[in-house]
Parts: sequence; C-alpha cells; structure tokens
Amino acid sequence: MTDPNRRVFLKASTAATAGLGFLGNAHARGNDVIKVGLVGCGGRGSGAADNICEAAGTSYNIKIHALGDVFEDHLKNCREGIKNSPNSKEKYDVADDRCFVGLDAYKKVIEVSDLVILATPPGFRPGHIEAVIKAGKNLFTEKPVAVDGTGIRRVLAAADEAKAKKLAVVAGTQRRHQPGYLESMKRIHEGAIGDVVGGQVYWNQGNIWAHKRQPGWSDVEYQIHNWYHFLWLCGDHFVEQHVHNLDVANWAIGAHPVRAVGMGGRQVPGGPEHGQSYDHFAVDYEYPNEVHVMSMARQIEGCENNVSETIVGSAGRFQSNGYRFSGKDKSRVRVNDGNAYVHEHVHLLESIVSGNPLNELKQVAESTLTAIMGRMSAYTGKAVTWEQALESKLDTFPKHLDIKGSLEEPPLPRPGVTELI
Amino acid sequence: MSRSTHAFYRAGALIALLGWSLQAPASAQESLAKTAAEMKPYTQQIPGVEVKFDLVPIPAGEFVMGSPATEPKRGEDEGPQHPVAIAPFWMGKYEVTWDEYDLFCFSLDLKKKEREKVDLAGQPDTEKKADAVTRPTPPYADMTFGYGHKNQPAICITHHSAMEYCRWLSEKTGVLYRLPTEAEWEYACRAGSKTAYFFGDDPAGLEEYGWYVENAEKPMPIGKKKPNPWGLYDMHGNVAEWCLDHYVPDFYKQFAGDKPTLEPFAAPSAKEYPYVARGGSWDDDADKLRSAARRSSNLEWSVQDPQRPQSIWWHTDATFVGFRIVRPLNEQEKLKGMKSLVVKGKGTR
Repeated sequence: MTDPNRRVFLKASTAATAGLGFLGNAHARGNDVIKVGLVGCGGRGSGAADNICEAAGTSYNIKIHALGDVFEDHLKNCREGIKNSPNSKEKYDVADDRCFVGLDAYKKVIEVSDLVILATPPGFRPGHIEAVIKAGKNLFTEKPVAVDGTGIRRVLAAADEAKAKKLAVVAGTQRRHQPGYLESMKRIHEGAIGDVVGGQVYWNQGNIWAHKRQPGWSDVEYQIHNWYHFLWLCGDHFVEQHVHNLDVANWAIGAHPVRAVGMGGRQVPGGPEHGQSYDHFAVDYEYPNEVHVMSMARQIEGCENNVSETIVGSAGRFQSNGYRFSGKDKSRVRVNDGNAYVHEHVHLLESIVSGNPLNELKQVAESTLTAIMGRMSAYTGKAVTWEQALESKLDTFPKHLDIKGSLEEPPLPRPGVTELI
Repeated sequence: MSRSTHAFYRAGALIALLGWSLQAPASAQESLAKTAAEMKPYTQQIPGVEVKFDLVPIPAGEFVMGSPATEPKRGEDEGPQHPVAIAPFWMGKYEVTWDEYDLFCFSLDLKKKEREKVDLAGQPDTEKKADAVTRPTPPYADMTFGYGHKNQPAICITHHSAMEYCRWLSEKTGVLYRLPTEAEWEYACRAGSKTAYFFGDDPAGLEEYGWYVENAEKPMPIGKKKPNPWGLYDMHGNVAEWCLDHYVPDFYKQFAGDKPTLEPFAAPSAKEYPYVARGGSWDDDADKLRSAARRSSNLEWSVQDPQRPQSIWWHTDATFVGFRIVRPLNEQEKLKGMKSLVVKGKGTR
C-alpha cells in the first residue's frame, strides 16, 4: 500500500517537490503494487498493456488497474484481451468502476493510477501528458507526443515539471531500447565512422488503413475512428511513423536539425476517408555544422519499400538494416534484439523502482518537432527553421470538442498556397 | 488422420519423370490433365495480369517418412519412420514470389480493374469470387526488410495468409491450388532419396543446392541453385515453406507399422499456432535443411508486432518463412473445401 501522505505530497506544488529527491519515488521500495492505467484501448494500447505485463513478469509488482477510451467497444475488447492473455491475466485488476468511457476518461484513469500509459491518437497527447505530470504520476507515452508546435511547447513544459518532480517518463520510440541500436549508437559515438557528416532516413511502405464513414457517426466520432487521416489527430504519417527514423538521426548526430526544406503531396487519388493526409514526403534536414540528412516517407502500394536509417561518417557508414558498419571499422553488430516493445517497459519499471527515474520526454518532444517542421515545410512549400516550428502558432486541436459534435475538415494542404503559421 | 479410397491411386504406380523438368513448360492447356499419365509441367498464368508461375508434376508413389534414429542432429519429432502413400499432384517449381503474392495482399488485381474501369458485374464468376476473398490488412512497416522484391520469395506471411492466397488463386484460375501437406512436402523434397538431403548425406553439397547460413545473408532470388531430381528448386533452404498441417510433435506415432498410410495430414484449425514449416532457410544451419527436419511456428514469429490482437496476416519476425503451392490431380475427400478457420482477435493462439 502506498503511503497516502506521500500521495498528498506528490500533488504539492513544483516548488515543494524539490524535497522529493531525499525521499525517492513512492515505489522505490519495490514492494508496493504499481497500479497501471491505460488511456487509449486500441491495438497499440492493448499491445502496450500486454508489453508492460510481460516486462514486469515476476520482477515487478504491477496491476492493470484502470482503462479509458472514447469508444466503449475498444475498451471492452482490450479488457477481454488483458483478462485472457498469458502475460497479463495474473495482473488483471480492472474493476467495472475503473473502466471509463468518454473524452474525459483520461482524467479518471490518471486519478486512480500510479503509472499511466498514453496510447490514444497523437493529437490528444499534449493535454494527456500535461495532466499525468501535473498529477505527479509516472508515464509511458506513445510517440509522437504532439502534432503541432503548440502541443510541443506544452510537452516541453511538462518535461521540465516531470524532471523537477522526479517522475519517470519513457516514450514509445523503442529503438532507444533495442540492443542492436544501443550498441550501434555507442560505436558511432565512439568514432566508428569518424565524424557524422550526413545521413538518409526512410519510412517507405505500402498503403495505410483508412476507415470509411459509418452511418450514425458524428463528425468527431468519424474523425477519431479514422484518425490517421486528420491533421489534428495524427500529424500525418511523416510525424506519426517517421518520427522513429528521425529520432535515430537526432540520436546519432546528438542534436536536432536547425532547418528543413520539404515537399510532398497526395499522388494516389484518395476517397473522402483520406482526409487531408499526404501519401509521400521528402525533406532535406540541415543540422548544425552543415550536416544534412535526407528523409523520405511514403505510403503507396507497389513501390520500393524501405524502413531504415543510414548514418554517413567521415570514415565510414552505418546502416540500420543488419546493423552494418562499413569503412574503417567494417563490422556487423550481432545481437539478439528480443522485443524492444517489452524492453522499454523493463527500463521504465527499473527506473521507477530504483529511484533513478528515466525521463525521455524532452528527447521525444524534440524528435516529434523534427518531424513536425518537416511536415510544415512540405505542406507550405516554405523553408522552416527550428525556432519557427517551436514558436508556431498553429494549434490544430478543436475548441470545445464534443464527441457528438460537428467538425469541419480543413482543405488538403497546397505547397506555395497553404500559409506557414 | 485421413484415409480415402481414390481410384486414381495404384500402389507402386511410380512414373519416371526424368527429363520433364528439362523441357520448356507446356501451355496452361496442360493443366487440363485428367489422369496421372497426362500430367506434364505447365505454366499457370494469373488471369488479368502479366504474372505467371511454373509447376512440375509429382508422381504417385510410396516413401518412408521421417528420419532414422541414426541420422545426425535429427529431432525426436522425426520418428518413428513410417510408410506413406501419396497421390499425384503438381508442385510449384519455385517458392511463391512477392510478384505473385503482391497481387493478392496489396489487391493489385483489384486496383488494375479500377484503373481500367472494368465492368465488375460483367466479369466471369471466377473473377467475382476471387474479388470477394478478404485481402490482408496492410503490414506494419516493410515486410521485405530491405531484402529485395523482384523474384524474391514472399516472406513474413502467416499460415492463414498463405492459405487465403491459395483460396484466392484457386477462385481466380478455376484450378485448385493449396498448401502441400507435410507428407506431400517431404515426399516431393526427397524425390526418391532416403538420405538426409535429396543429394546425399553430406551437408557440404548444400553449396550447390541451397541457401543457408553459410552462403546467404538474406533470402535469395528463386531458382539460383540446382533443382532436386524432380525439378523443384530451393527445397533445401532459402525460405522455410509452410505446409497445410498443424505441428504435432508425435504425429507419426499413429502411423507406425508396415502398412502405408495414404495421404496423412493434421488438419489446420482456428488456432493461429503451431503450423509446420519445412526445408529450413537462409538463416538456418545445415541440419535444419534436412528433408525430414520439422519446424513449428510460435509466438516468437510475431514478437515485434506492437498491436493486440496481433496481425493474422503478417509475422513481423519470420523473415525466414515463405511457401510454395501444390495442385492435387484429384483432391482427397477430407481436404475438399478446406479453408483457413483463423479469425482475428478470437484469442485462439
């Protein structure tokens, strides 16, 4: 049982929490149950719940304690899955009164949990992250953590607050927890390819899903069901997926880009269910010291596919497929990667219980903004600097969101016409 | 277990096939064979597209399935050795490639019709039925893993996916295609041999006949090594090949004795695992490529699939699995109408 006084203390103002360092985390003793709450019970949320249970195994005492989703059927399916999966059935503790449905379900989940998993569509993330950190709870947040600069500013503020409160935050950029990448990056940072002078990063794949509108759905219900194709929810695939590869570039270079010039569009005529999403992007990123990284992301069937990163150095090159190094230190990293979707939760739980909280929030916010600035450039046709992206007044989140409400769809962005905000 | 009485099967009716694989494949007309004697190699054109694939006839016959206890590195599940009788069938000369599989999994056939404004209502029944087969959901990321596409074997596909591909192909061509049973696969691989590999017992021979851990870093284009005596390429290695059967470790026990069992198989069910994959792969040691070696699918094959329930179409981690197809001359009763029973999210894992 967690000491209730400590809970009260956790909710105290940021200034007061400076004292937390001496007390360590509420779970540092390792014998308290960590109550896990899940916000967003779709495929990825259900997956994350399974992953954290597998990560906890017999080493960490966790219970899946509360669930929240906008749609009741998602929540029901997820609950069944947790109840029946071999990884999680022993850790299932979701009482009826801890299943919350609606746009405000996240608040109730946060309230009753010690650790919150955020796995809704990305557009909701800034508000959810803010609320988790404000409540003084530990966090696993899926990537990306926002879809626009306005959201990123909120997340960066939450990152500082989490740091001050000594909360653990791990993000779903799982390559950061994957043995092969960890070893490869160590070698790059030790000079295996000399100085990093450039790179190419890709997420080129076939089509992504799209859900046609069903009778009886409100605008908002339809857009949330079909979230991949609306900017305010997804940020487009360049942000939603490609953030992984851009995160690797930032990791290798040890900095975020300073400027982006991109292009993109929708080549394959889409139906109304394709909203305002593009199906291809290409962005030239400029990093400090004139290092350039070429980035591509495509979701078109029947084309050359590639999901990988290449980092080019003055004395060699690293390719993520097979973790291959060429040049002066020609070698291959041969490791058993295991399941990075589980490793990330192992690292999170370790960090909570040991009292040395990991905090990946700033890092994932920067990688997300890297992707956002590329998308902004592709949508508008303008060059976008880091500062412009960070200070952007673009705020895509609807005012007064009501699940049964109407919600207009913005037009497809047009380079050279769409305004850079 | 299945026993049927097929008029076409005459014990010992072993037809010499030497030379068949050396001839140019005949036209699709050859697929109209009604008797074992008429069976010839042929090429199946997939209607409406430029994609085709080759098949070679596999004669009826008997063989001893499994490996002797003396075979180095054999698994317990390869015994007891038991006699099996096989009815005639055609088998894909090569593993199924992305070029073929893409048509189904990315609905390229449907998209082509859309582009060409085909009158869907006026199509032949075969096309209508093929169009109605549910297509795979898009894969998470890129299932070729940068290993290449053209002439490469399709990889990372589930047993369910391979079964549904066969169903789609059957509807489209009007010809029955399916996965081989485990017995058919081993019979075809051995091609009359009783040794660990179809070319003998020394794994060094794999250099000429198969891709495996010693000579490949990835799945390789089909047909680059020498074929087996019956004209089948890449039976040892490259990609492990799905069989129709559920994997049952002690499945052979029930067939022990001297009396041959006709066409045994362990029927697939609604469960997503475990199924049999045969022949070993580019990522395996030599012993896993032996004619009798059995491998079973498991949850590890989808470990990196981040969704729950996981995809029933794609194994994110099985870059070593693919398949080849067969066409029975006369389908045995027990297999008629066989289709995958797997349904996503039913939790039957």
